[in-house]
Amino acid sequence: MPAGTLYRGREGMWSWVAHRVTGVLIFFFLFVHVLDTALVRVSPEDYDNVVATYKTPLVAVLEYGLVAAILFHALNGLRVIAVDFWSKGPRYQKQMLWTVVGVWVVLMIGAIYPVLGHAYRELFGS
Amino acid sequence: MATPTLDKADAAGTPEPGFADSPYITATFRIRRFNSEVSAEATWEDFQVEIDPKERVLDALHKIKWELDGTLTFRRSCAHGICGSDAMRINGKNRLACKTLIKDLNPEKPITVEAIKGLTVLKDLVVDMDPFFQAYRDVMPFLITKETNEPTRERLQTAEDRERFDDTTKCILCAACTSSCPVFWNDGQYFGPAAIVNAHRFIFDSRDDAAEQRLEILNDRDGVWRCRTTFNCTDACPRGIEVTKAIQEVKRALITRRY
Repeated sequence: MPAGTLYRGREGMWSWVAHRVTGVLIFFFLFVHVLDTALVRVSPEDYDNVVATYKTPLVAVLEYGLVAAILFHALNGLRVIAVDFWSKGPRYQKQMLWTVVGVWVVLMIGAIYPVLGHAYRELFGS
Repeated sequence: MATPTLDKADAAGTPEPGFADSPYITATFRIRRFNSEVSAEATWEDFQVEIDPKERVLDALHKIKWELDGTLTFRRSCAHGICGSDAMRINGKNRLACKTLIKDLNPEKPITVEAIKGLTVLKDLVVDMDPFFQAYRDVMPFLITKETNEPTRERLQTAEDRERFDDTTKCILCAACTSSCPVFWNDGQYFGPAAIVNAHRFIFDSRDDAAEQRLEILNDRDGVWRCRTTFNCTDACPRGIEVTKAIQEVKRALITRRY
């Protein structure tokens, strides 16, 4: 039997968990991004080699994940600001969360071609 | 005339007439047991209870304690949702055992009952409430006025002024909110939702003169700014207090200094 159960929180708790997870992912991206950009001062050829690996389909999928994380973190961040500064925010937090999820889905569909188009042509020909 | 009762009893092959009419069901209660004198580890223990689903989880706990295992330990006083003694985690959520009906819990599956999180478990479902009440005392939950003379008349207040803090007067200090808060689980130094709710009750009371002091107490690094608006407290409150809203109002009062 499990060692104590998970707290069964609702939308508010899970949006907070997702906000934390996406925040940490974005931090790691920025960490790598600062490193690879700094590389251009060390060796421009190595920088070109590193950036060339970013054009592979696998990295394109990771980039799509990055777009997902940033979009959720940004949109939910607006919701958290509304909860804190809009007097009716706490009462409408669930509706605002589902709005965030809706806008996120629309933007994720919109991001399919710009982010994954290159990888698609690479894999299946143009 | 054959009664439906008899028909049902025959169909089920039950020899006892009238048995099918019984409102009783057999529900399994999976209770988190802890006794430091027996083991340092908490364990789950299952109890089968014959119970009417219209009864409450507290009734089931009573049945277990009185008829099956007298060592089961839990708190309860009034048993009617007023004293706030029997907050516990039932099926993963903080609730009052005396306000939770068994039929609302899907009694087909085992019903889990655990102590509330974030406070030290003393035995079974009983936790050490001292840190919780210390945070409550720290926000000075009593009327403070500037005049030092003996009160000779009532302190009048308009209906609107009373309405301003009505929601937060309903708190029964059961700790369901504070022990549902992920921030409190990780750091017991956080004042927690209940203390902030009770500070809110006086900060926004037009008769009280110590709002500034209370706000300064909650401006601390373990004060209102630790709130991450997870809304677990609002969902858990058995009195329906909009706890997160109250915390947010205290935050805004700290920024605008209007209350």
